[in-house]
Amino acid sequence: MSATNHPFYGHGIPGIKPEDLGGTLIVMEGADGSGRSTQIAELVEWLETGGRPTVQVGLKRSTLVSEELQKAQEGNVLSRTTLGLFYATDFADQLENIILPALKAGFIVLADRYIYTLMARDMVRGMDEAWLKNLYGIAPIPDAVFYLSVEPQELVQRNLSKNATLDYWESGMDLGLSREVFDSFLKYQAAMSDAFRQLQKTYHFEIVDANRSASAVNKELRKKISRLLDQE
Amino acid sequence: MKTFAESNFPGRLIAVEGLDGSGKSTQIYLLKRWLEAEGIKVYFSEWNSSELVKSATSKGKKRELLTPTTFSLIHATDFADRYERHLVPLLRAGYIVLCDRYVFTAFARDVTRGCPPDWVRGNYSFACAPDLTMFFKADLDVSLNRILEGRPKLKFFEAGMDMRLSADPYESFKIFQGRILDQYLAMSKEFNFLIMDANQPVEKQQVIVRKLVSERIDLKKFKRRSPLPLPPALPGDREVHIETEEDKAA
Repeated sequence: MSATNHPFYGHGIPGIKPEDLGGTLIVMEGADGSGRSTQIAELVEWLETGGRPTVQVGLKRSTLVSEELQKAQEGNVLSRTTLGLFYATDFADQLENIILPALKAGFIVLADRYIYTLMARDMVRGMDEAWLKNLYGIAPIPDAVFYLSVEPQELVQRNLSKNATLDYWESGMDLGLSREVFDSFLKYQAAMSDAFRQLQKTYHFEIVDANRSASAVNKELRKKISRLLDQE
Repeated sequence: MKTFAESNFPGRLIAVEGLDGSGKSTQIYLLKRWLEAEGIKVYFSEWNSSELVKSATSKGKKRELLTPTTFSLIHATDFADRYERHLVPLLRAGYIVLCDRYVFTAFARDVTRGCPPDWVRGNYSFACAPDLTMFFKADLDVSLNRILEGRPKLKFFEAGMDMRLSADPYESFKIFQGRILDQYLAMSKEFNFLIMDANQPVEKQQVIVRKLVSERIDLKKFKRRSPLPLPPALPGDREVHIETEEDKAA
């Protein structure tokens, strides 16, 4: 696989040269229930059967802070800047320990969410976009970002049929949009989708209509990824 | 960077900065004792002390998991937690807040570790500047001797061992501290540091500290309304109590 250069969005990581980062970085974004993990599992299967090595990362999976982050969220005691920086620490730990080494080794990295979700969540909570841009200037620019777009009404149905409940954070209950989780979920997901649209202006991700069946979405993703891999 | 006064906070923030072993912690402790004795509303906050973040930081340090980037971010998280949960409400309530180390510690340390200065400063840009920053400047040798007397076991990150400056922790510590000092001095004008001569005896320094603080901050504005802590009272009780006392005084 030919090494593609991976510049950073901003300042990058001390000591890491973009030209040393080969491999391919593919990001899947979207709300809970948009089918991110199903799509990633299918893609891994397809890529690895095709002889391409993959590595997967996702939010809140770092060795450094994932446990503490989980605990803090359960108590809902962190204020917005703190929570934002805590998530950034989690991201940076996985970036330096998993993503960058995998890219250096020429792997395909599949990221189940990336900086955009983190930025969108913080923006909905009133954080400054310029502050977030500087903070996440440590991230390398992916080769492709797919945003699985699903209507909030459809997300509700999917989440309820899977868990019979709506997640506190995915409903933005900390924001006090509504006392009722159902209403809060709809309002919060609409706000998140606005934030993504705002970010799309800068980060140009591909919006994939994920209201369709999983196999139809996967077909489209494979086509796009094949094209990307053929270019190398 | 605006100060808390410039941002219309009723409270004031005083920070001390300096190398390990510069004596800044002793000075701010003595300042706190004095302000308390004067009946001033005062709160003390220390770098890297947020309960929530502490377990992650100590795990990262013990297992040497931290890179310059995560070292910087985890300390920023710790600072943000203290800033949003304690500092801001207290400063809005008219407290004098004393900070043993403030954002300048990150500016000096993280940049020494190789983080881009603009990135570090940007991450801390949610914070106001202190109303008064005292930088305790001791000769590098004096600071080093204070810490290294008795050859204590230096911790990995404290000695800057992650920077591979030297295989010897003591040698590494010296080089690392020297570089941090350079960073501090380079920003001292920009952030209006009051440079304190930390080679002087502790008592002499404290006299100067108290004088500077009382010259620059109108302390009587920050007095508690009652010299003794009041017992828990029913809502509304307290105001009535204070009014009658003031009436008597008048």
